[in-house]
Amino acid sequence: MRRRVIFNNRFLPYLLLAPQIAITIIFFFWPAGQAIYWSLLRQDPFGLRTTFVYLENFQTVLSDPLYIEAIQVTVIFSVSVTVFVMATALLFAVMADRQIRGAQVYKTLLLWPYALAPAVAAVLWMFIFHPSIGIVGKALISSGIQWDYHLNGAQALVLVVIASSWKQIAHNFLFFLAGLQSVPPAVIEAALIDGAGAWKLFRSILFPLISPTTFYLLTVNLVFAFFDTFGVIHALTRGGPGRSTTTLMYKAYMDGYVNLNLGESAAQSVILMIIVSVIVWAQFKYMEGKVHYT
Amino acid sequence: MKRTILFVLIFLAVLFVACAPAPTPAPTAAPPTKAPVVEPTKAPVATTAPAQPTTAPAQPTQPPAATKAPEATKPPAPTATPQPVIPPGRVVVEFWHGLTLPLGNILEGVAADFNKSQDKYFVNATFKGAYPDTMNAAIAAFRAGKAPHIVQMFEVGTATMMAAKGAIKPVYELAKETGVNIDPKNYIPAVAGYYSQDGNMISMPLNSSTTIMYYNKDVFKKAGLDPEKPPKTWAELRSMAKQIVDSKASTCGFTTSWLTWAQFENFSAIHNVPLATKANGMQGMDAELKINSDLHIRHMQTLVDMQKEGSFKYGGRDAAPDSLFPSGECAIMHASSGTRARIVSEAKFAWGAAMLPYYDDVPGAPKNSIIGGASLWVMTAPGRTVDEYKAIGEFFRYISQPEQDAKWHQATGYLPITLGGFERSKADGFYQKNAGADIPYLQLTRTQPTENSMGLRLGDMPAIRVIIYEEMEKAFQGQQTVKAALDSAVKRGNELLRAFEKLYK
Repeated sequence: MRRRVIFNNRFLPYLLLAPQIAITIIFFFWPAGQAIYWSLLRQDPFGLRTTFVYLENFQTVLSDPLYIEAIQVTVIFSVSVTVFVMATALLFAVMADRQIRGAQVYKTLLLWPYALAPAVAAVLWMFIFHPSIGIVGKALISSGIQWDYHLNGAQALVLVVIASSWKQIAHNFLFFLAGLQSVPPAVIEAALIDGAGAWKLFRSILFPLISPTTFYLLTVNLVFAFFDTFGVIHALTRGGPGRSTTTLMYKAYMDGYVNLNLGESAAQSVILMIIVSVIVWAQFKYMEGKVHYT
Repeated sequence: MKRTILFVLIFLAVLFVACAPAPTPAPTAAPPTKAPVVEPTKAPVATTAPAQPTTAPAQPTQPPAATKAPEATKPPAPTATPQPVIPPGRVVVEFWHGLTLPLGNILEGVAADFNKSQDKYFVNATFKGAYPDTMNAAIAAFRAGKAPHIVQMFEVGTATMMAAKGAIKPVYELAKETGVNIDPKNYIPAVAGYYSQDGNMISMPLNSSTTIMYYNKDVFKKAGLDPEKPPKTWAELRSMAKQIVDSKASTCGFTTSWLTWAQFENFSAIHNVPLATKANGMQGMDAELKINSDLHIRHMQTLVDMQKEGSFKYGGRDAAPDSLFPSGECAIMHASSGTRARIVSEAKFAWGAAMLPYYDDVPGAPKNSIIGGASLWVMTAPGRTVDEYKAIGEFFRYISQPEQDAKWHQATGYLPITLGGFERSKADGFYQKNAGADIPYLQLTRTQPTENSMGLRLGDMPAIRVIIYEEMEKAFQGQQTVKAALDSAVKRGNELLRAFEKLYK
C-alpha cells in the first residue's frame, strides 16, 4: 500500500509543500500559539493593562461550577448528536443502497441540507418548533404538551440536537453510502448464497466492512458537535434557557467575545484543544486493532 | 493512511480551537437591537417613486446582511446609502455604528446631511455589525492603532468604555480642547446622566429608548375592563391580567420583553431602590448587586405567581417576546419604546401605550425610568490631530441641535436626546398625530433622576443580564425559589464585577 515517490531535486518537495505548510502555520499554529499565550495573561479588552498571571486563568475556569456544568452539557450534547446522526445516516444509506426507482432523486434530496449554513438550518427548525409561530410547536401545544423551548431546558437541548444533526446527517449519509457501495458484490453474493438474511448480512458483512468509514465519521462527528454547532445554538437558544444549551464552545464565545474576558476565554480554548486532541488520540489508540482498513 | 487521518484530525482540532475565541457569529442571528424600528412610514402607499435620495449617485454600500433577525418584519427599508465620495480638503471622521437597517440608513443620512451642511468636515458612517460586533471591531482597530474617530456603543458597554482611559476621549474634554460648545444642560437629564461622571459628559448620547407598557384595548373591552384605563399599579395589572385570562378574552394576560432591563433595571429606578451599591456603580467599580432585596423578591414572586395563575407568560430573553403583543396573544406587554413602530404596523386591533406600573405602597415611587440604547464614543489613536477632534465636536454639536434631534426622534422612534428636541417635536404636532409617542419622554422626565434612577455602570453588564435570565428562567420553571434565584444571581454577578474590577487594578 505504501508507495514511494522519488524526487530528484532535493528542494522540490519542500517547495511543493510550502504553501500547505504556510497555511498550516498561519491559520493553525500561530492562532493556537496565541491562544496559549493569551491564556496566561489577564488583560482588559483594549489591551491597556496586561498582567502575566501564569495558570490563574485555568484555575479560575476549572474551579468554576458553571464550567463543569458546561462540560456535562457538552458531553450529553455531543454524544446525542453523534449517535443520532450516525444511526439515522446509516439507516438512510442502507435504504438508498439498492435498486429503487428514482434513487438519484432521493440521494440528491438527502444531500441538500448539507449545503445550508448551520444558522440557516437553525432558523428553519425554529419556524417548525417555535411555540407561537411554529407548525409543530403549535400542534404540540394544542395536543396538550407544554412545549416551550424558551423555558424548558430539556426541550431546548432536544431541539438543538435535532437541528445540529439534521445537516450533519447528509454528510454522514454520503460517506456511508460510498462505504456500502465499495463493498465487493462478490462478498455479498456469497453471503446470500449461504442463506444470510438482510439483518445477518448487515450485521456480519456490511457493518464490519464499512467500519473504517464508521470510525472516521465517529471522530468527525464528535469534533463537529464540539466545535461546529455554535451557529445553531446561537440562533436557536443562545445557550439558554438557564444554561441548558451552553456548551464549552458557546461558553468560550460568551466569555471571550461578549464579556471580553480574553484570558479566561483563551484558557477555555486551550482546554478544548487538549480535550479534542485526547479524543482523537484515544480513538486511534483503542480502535486501531478493531478497525478493518481496506 | 492512519497516520494521515490522525494528523488531519489534529490539524482540524487545532484549527477549530484557534478559532474559538472569536467565532463568527451566525449571520442570521443578529442580537435584537435594543430599540429597533422606525416610526411607521406613514402609510405603505407605493405610488411615489422609491424614496429618492437627493444626493449623489446612490449606491447601496451597506452590507444588508446580519439583520435578518426572525422578527424583522419591519417596514421596508429606505433604499441606498449615499456613496462615501470624500471631497478633497476635508477633515475625515470615521464613524462606526451598529444600527441595522432601516435605522442604519437614517443614521447615515444624518451624517450625509452634516457633510452637506458645511464644507470643512466629512463624517464617514460605516456599519460594523450588531453592537457586540462593532465593539469588537473597535477594540481590534484600537489595538492595531487604527481606531475610528467615533464608535457607537450600547449602553451596557458603558463601563468597559469608561474604564478604557487612554482609548477614549471624554466628550467634556473634547469640548474643552476644541472650544466646541456642548452644554450638558441641553440634554434630557436621565439621558445625559447615564453617560456622565460627576456631571461631565463622557460619551455623546444618540439613540435612546426606555421601556413602557402597551395594552390591547379590544381585549380590555372584551374582558369588561375600561380600555381607557391601563393599569397604574402592579396590583391593578395583576387583577386585570387575571380578569382577561379568566374571561377568556385572551390566553395571555401579560408578558414582558427585556426581563432584565424592564423588570430589574427600570423597576429599580422607578421604585428608587438600588440595583447595585455605589449609585449603581457610577461612583466606583467596587459596586455590588442589590437585586435580592425584599422588593425585588416581591416583584419576581408576583411574576411567578401570575405565571401560576396563567396570567403571565415568559416569552424568552431580550426582545424575543415582542411578537406576543402585536399578534394579539398577550393583552399587556412591557417592552422597549422602540417597539412602537412594529406594533403600529403589525397590530390589527386598538391599542394604547402607558407608563410602567409601580407598587403604590413603596415610598417615593414612581420615579423616572432609565434608558437603554447606545451612545457615541470618541476614540483616540496615534497621530490624531486637533482638527480631527474639532470635526468630531462639530458633528456632536450638529446632532444636538433641536431641529436635528427632533428629526432623528421623529424618523426613528427613539427618544429625543435634548429637551429642545422634544419641544420642537411638540410644536411640530408630532404627538397629536402619533398618540402615545410622548409616553417614553414623559416617563423618563417624570422626576429628577435620583442616585438610583440616573442609570447604571456595571462592568460585564451583558453577562450580568444573562445571569439574571438564567436564574429567573430556573425560577419560572419551578426549579428554584425566587429568593434562591436572586441570591444566586447576586453571588454570580458579584463574581463578575470583582473579576472586572481586577482587570483595572
